[in-house]
Amino acid sequence: MNELLGHVNYWIVIFLMMMGLYMVIASSNLIKKLIGISVFQASVFILYITFGKITEGSPPIITDNTDVYSNPLPHVLILTAIVVGVATTSVGLALIVRIQEAYGSLDEDDIHDINDNDDFDIKSRSIT
Amino acid sequence: MIENLELLIDVCLLTFLLLIVFAAIKTTNLFVATMLFGIFSFVTALLFLDLDAVDVAFTEAAVGAGFTTVLMLSALRLTGAFENVKHRHSVLGLFIVVLTGAALIYGVADFPNMGDANAPVHLHIAPEYIQLTQEKIDIPNVVTAVLASFRGYDTFGETVVIFSAGAAVLLLLGMGHAEPKHEPEQNLVLWVVVKPFIALILIFGLYVQFHGDFGAGGGFQAGVIFASGFILYSLVFGESYARQVVPASILPRFAALGVIIYGLTGLVSLLSDKTFLDYNALSSNPVSGQHLGILLVEAGVGLAVFSTVLLIFYSFSGVNHNE
Repeated sequence: MNELLGHVNYWIVIFLMMMGLYMVIASSNLIKKLIGISVFQASVFILYITFGKITEGSPPIITDNTDVYSNPLPHVLILTAIVVGVATTSVGLALIVRIQEAYGSLDEDDIHDINDNDDFDIKSRSIT
Repeated sequence: MIENLELLIDVCLLTFLLLIVFAAIKTTNLFVATMLFGIFSFVTALLFLDLDAVDVAFTEAAVGAGFTTVLMLSALRLTGAFENVKHRHSVLGLFIVVLTGAALIYGVADFPNMGDANAPVHLHIAPEYIQLTQEKIDIPNVVTAVLASFRGYDTFGETVVIFSAGAAVLLLLGMGHAEPKHEPEQNLVLWVVVKPFIALILIFGLYVQFHGDFGAGGGFQAGVIFASGFILYSLVFGESYARQVVPASILPRFAALGVIIYGLTGLVSLLSDKTFLDYNALSSNPVSGQHLGILLVEAGVGLAVFSTVLLIFYSFSGVNHNE
């Protein structure tokens, strides 16, 4: 019973992670792929924060009436990772916007088709 | 009793997350997928709160639920891709995902139970951080102490990464300019409600910045909250007004200034024969040196994050190129 409850977080996190991965593989739309990557990333964050939790612990802000604090180190790592994550996501979105401008499509299959077409010249389509 | 309640909330929120992601996979509408991702971030923030990570919950609520959603909607506006996308079923993809998932489930079987105080992760360095924070730094929030002092190198790296991401977006999209004719519909109710709200958001941002030593908060959260005040102004009153208040051209300089403030704080320690980012060099009293160092470093982080976030918003929302 204890074993089951103690691991349920990990299992659900892995489910979330794999659903994110499936979104990346199965959707041909680039924005949906990016959402999939973000879901994957968020599930890694949840995994780290789960490591840091101590039962009956309190948030790692020192007060007089407790002496069990949850582990602050994963919190620090994930706090900065979230902000860096949004910064990198925005770079991804910027790339997607430029791809849309150059190819007129966000669909991976369409982009492959256009690339296979010999007449297509990426330089003439890109906007300076 | 309380720990059972915590676990119950935890499992409920995780189930919510699974349902939200399932709906996001199913939907063929990008707008719906984006809004679902916003809800996903909010629920994640609640989950972090339940798991005692108050600072992380704060960051996720401000960054994930607030800024990312606005950013994705701006990107959708630029690509004009609100229409339905086709969904392809990938048997091979499903096979790979199930296989990887099974391997990971097998891998976590050895993990210690969640909440186990004797798990290896809690025995090594975390108790030292908690103890040293009380002895040497003397601020209540251990997360801020670790972030800005013990692991100041890491945070410097992260700040540089955020600055670089801002530079990359700027190179890809340019700063853009506000379209003069395009102003949002004049909505009196929105105007009246939003005006005092912006003031409150900005004051709250400053509070989070300077109160980060004592409670949840710090430069990362404050930077995003401060920027979201200006983003709200821009969304309701029109971007041309927002660009008059904070011109886009000064934002890259502010972002660079934030990184420079952080770096210079480290250099001051080097010049006084201490190691890089050793704040004891900043004052004759080591504890007040630490306080001053954390204040300066957090100010640098706050400025860099604020400028980068607002700059990215301008890049996406402005009129770019020869559209």
